[in-house]
Amino acid sequence: MDELEAIKVTFFQECEELLADLEGGLLAMQEGVGDSETVNAVFRAVHSIKGGAGAFGLEPLVRFAHVFETLLDAVRSNEVPGTVELAAVMLRASDVLADHVGAARGLGDVDMDASAAMAAELKAWTDPSAAPIAASEAPSAAEPVLTAQAPSAPVSDDLDEDDLGFDFQPMTISIDAQAADAELIPDDVWTVSIRPKSDLYRKANETGLLLRELNLLGPIVATMDDSALPTLEFLDAEAAYVTWSVRLETEDSEAAIREVFEFVDGDCDLEIVRGEAPVEAALANLLSSIEPAAEAAAEPVEVEVAAPPAAEIPPPPVAAAPVAPAKAAAPAKAAQVDIPGPGQSVIRVDPERIDSLIDLVGELVINQAMLAQRVGEYGIAPSSSLAMGLDELEQLTRQIQDSVMAIRAQPVKSVFQRMPRLVREVANMTGKQARLVMDGENTEVDKTVIERLADPITHMLRNAIDHGLESPEERTAAGKNPEGVVRLAALHRSGRIVIEVQDDGKGINRERVFSIAVKKGLIAPDLQLTDEEIDNLIFLPGFSTAEKISDVSGRGVGMDVVRRSVQALGGRISISSRPGLGSTFTLSLPLTLAVLDGMVVDVAGETLVVPLAAIVESLRPKAEEVRPLGPVGSVLAVRDSFVPLIDVGVTLGYRDHSPPPTDGVVLLVEGEDGSRAALVADAIHGQRQVVIKSLEQNYQQVEGVAAATILGDGRVALILDVDAVINLRRRETPRPTEPTLIAAE
Amino acid sequence: MTDQAIVTHGERRELISFRVGEQEYCVNIMAVREIRGWSPATSLPQSPSYMRGVINLRGAVLPIMDLASRIGMPMVEPTVRSVFIVVQAGDRTVGLLVDAVSDILSITDDLVQPTPDVACDAVRSFVRGIISIEGRMISEISLERLLPEREALAA
Repeated sequence: MDELEAIKVTFFQECEELLADLEGGLLAMQEGVGDSETVNAVFRAVHSIKGGAGAFGLEPLVRFAHVFETLLDAVRSNEVPGTVELAAVMLRASDVLADHVGAARGLGDVDMDASAAMAAELKAWTDPSAAPIAASEAPSAAEPVLTAQAPSAPVSDDLDEDDLGFDFQPMTISIDAQAADAELIPDDVWTVSIRPKSDLYRKANETGLLLRELNLLGPIVATMDDSALPTLEFLDAEAAYVTWSVRLETEDSEAAIREVFEFVDGDCDLEIVRGEAPVEAALANLLSSIEPAAEAAAEPVEVEVAAPPAAEIPPPPVAAAPVAPAKAAAPAKAAQVDIPGPGQSVIRVDPERIDSLIDLVGELVINQAMLAQRVGEYGIAPSSSLAMGLDELEQLTRQIQDSVMAIRAQPVKSVFQRMPRLVREVANMTGKQARLVMDGENTEVDKTVIERLADPITHMLRNAIDHGLESPEERTAAGKNPEGVVRLAALHRSGRIVIEVQDDGKGINRERVFSIAVKKGLIAPDLQLTDEEIDNLIFLPGFSTAEKISDVSGRGVGMDVVRRSVQALGGRISISSRPGLGSTFTLSLPLTLAVLDGMVVDVAGETLVVPLAAIVESLRPKAEEVRPLGPVGSVLAVRDSFVPLIDVGVTLGYRDHSPPPTDGVVLLVEGEDGSRAALVADAIHGQRQVVIKSLEQNYQQVEGVAAATILGDGRVALILDVDAVINLRRRETPRPTEPTLIAAE
Repeated sequence: MTDQAIVTHGERRELISFRVGEQEYCVNIMAVREIRGWSPATSLPQSPSYMRGVINLRGAVLPIMDLASRIGMPMVEPTVRSVFIVVQAGDRTVGLLVDAVSDILSITDDLVQPTPDVACDAVRSFVRGIISIEGRMISEISLERLLPEREALAA
């Protein structure tokens, strides 16, 4: 029973992937970029879910999947045109299907009425009486295979040989019932084509003996093809003209069949194919071949282990060439392996194993750094073999670390895939029309980050549709397409992943945002704010502009919670908006929460790590470049611009007075919002990759500090949170215009 | 594994006692992970003064709390003889900086007297009881109250 449960878990994992494929395919169809292969893939996904669900007796899921599948089958065979409207309907159907899967898994319930309504809608698209005839009369050009299978609709279940090995093959193997099933299934039917060469007869072999030998393996039906036989006058008495096609039923392996032909190795072209002979080649076999196929169709579960039934001879495989039989076996097998779908070349690994590997590599990096430092302390020449060996070790360590991190890197697709449904649902709920455009789904990011992306993206999308997009009427009145476009994009930018959610709605109504913030006591009414600052007021706790509290957003706990969770990850979120044209949320996160490239600096006797991604340049300021500004502040002239100078030691509270900046080193940094600052440190030690260690695990978040790490000497060093340091500084020396806003943060 | 769970009346339990200044304190031995000699800590900005900083404990970042300062006594500069006791407090592991470890005590709960009503808030919240043994007065520390509440950054 436990084993069955384990298989079930696998099945649901497969279902998730299949549902994602399904949705992806349907979206492609909706956008008009789907071809017959897309339709096939979509069909296969539903078919596979149905097949697996049948095995576990998940009745409601099977019933719904069946209706869905019937419609898709009709689309596949061009009976029902695969229009954009139909794709939209099927997208909703895929949501219902996902609900069914979820319910079968014990997660949530299915609205049975909605499901029944959906099923009825799907049925309405198919004309059941016309189906079989249409299938045989108007086969899709892409799928000539279908023609032979017209006789009865259910047979189509097992006609798509491609997906036979596609879905649950790995799991069905362990079902006890499988052995019993296998006997019912015609996977012991082989078609052997023998094309003797003249040499065969010259070596005193004879096909009759071979056929007799085959007969020992099982019952055979041999068909002779003498079409190549010339008339008597052209006949070469010693040449071979006749070929044979043999239908053999045997439980023996292909190798056993090949063994029969061991002595005619190279003297005849041999083709051994599991399954029935092509219709045109073996008319005599046709009836008997349909029979087992129908048998298999009756039990969808068995389809997975069923042999490709009638009329499914794959294009002549490589093995058809006159190769020595022993060698030919390999390519023939390879051709079979082609059939199973994705997943074959993928290893499923328990994520914990990878996590512990990453931890270990992290320790290795620290250890290697310690070793290098010790060796340096002993004054060993850089050109010595020891130092060079250490250099190599460092490179290898880096490479190992990169490779290990690559194992855990995943495309953001897994998160993005859930979003189309969200957008549909939110749009329905709010009565808006929204189309989601996604970009950069293949952008890779560490798994630890991926898991944390879903929530902020969900919030941003909801916000974009609920608050950003106007109603269709408003849009039409504003001369826009009634359907709003929400763009979700992922990209890499300077060692971080950036997620953008952009809508083409009305943009932020700054006057309203400002007045609401005042009304809720979040800011002082006389505050002067830039447009950008007003836009970012929506991240304040307790801020909500929704006129009515909806299911979708507007509980006032949206964006500030999102921002806090993003900040906790060392990320930033901001919004920019253009009135009438829309808003853009920008979320940026580190690519990984495991390692970081940083600059090691000394500040007031403490060692700090500044994330390299934030550093624009480092320089030694000259006295004339440092200008005082106001009572305490000073700025640094960098080329033509002036950048506020921030003494890190003072800001973090390590010292009370900053030494003259000219004594130290300045790191010119850029915050997430693009603001620049010049951080003053006492000395720079150099650049290093460090392993990020959480401070929160045993303590708590510390303002101005992103995390901690362990340096080569074994001591803990803190990783600076550059943005927080810039903000801390602002708080300490408040600009007259801004105190209330910052205090509210 | 909080010490709260271990208290059962009449049963023997073991405590580790240590000196902080001139006073003696103790914690339940079950909460103690290890005792280590003092090594310089990396100080934490924006933190209460009793947080000495963090050290590397076999790859984990361990916060070190100055126990004297936490219970309101003047902070003492650690010496070579200072030690820190690594304890499990709730789901966090912390090091408590103390002057010296003195003893392992085996007591029953009837030896524990309630904390006398003294003015100091810190004592009232961090001392769960007082043990009188061989003429010494040893205060038992309530670990879960020692660490500051974990809070999100100033909102």
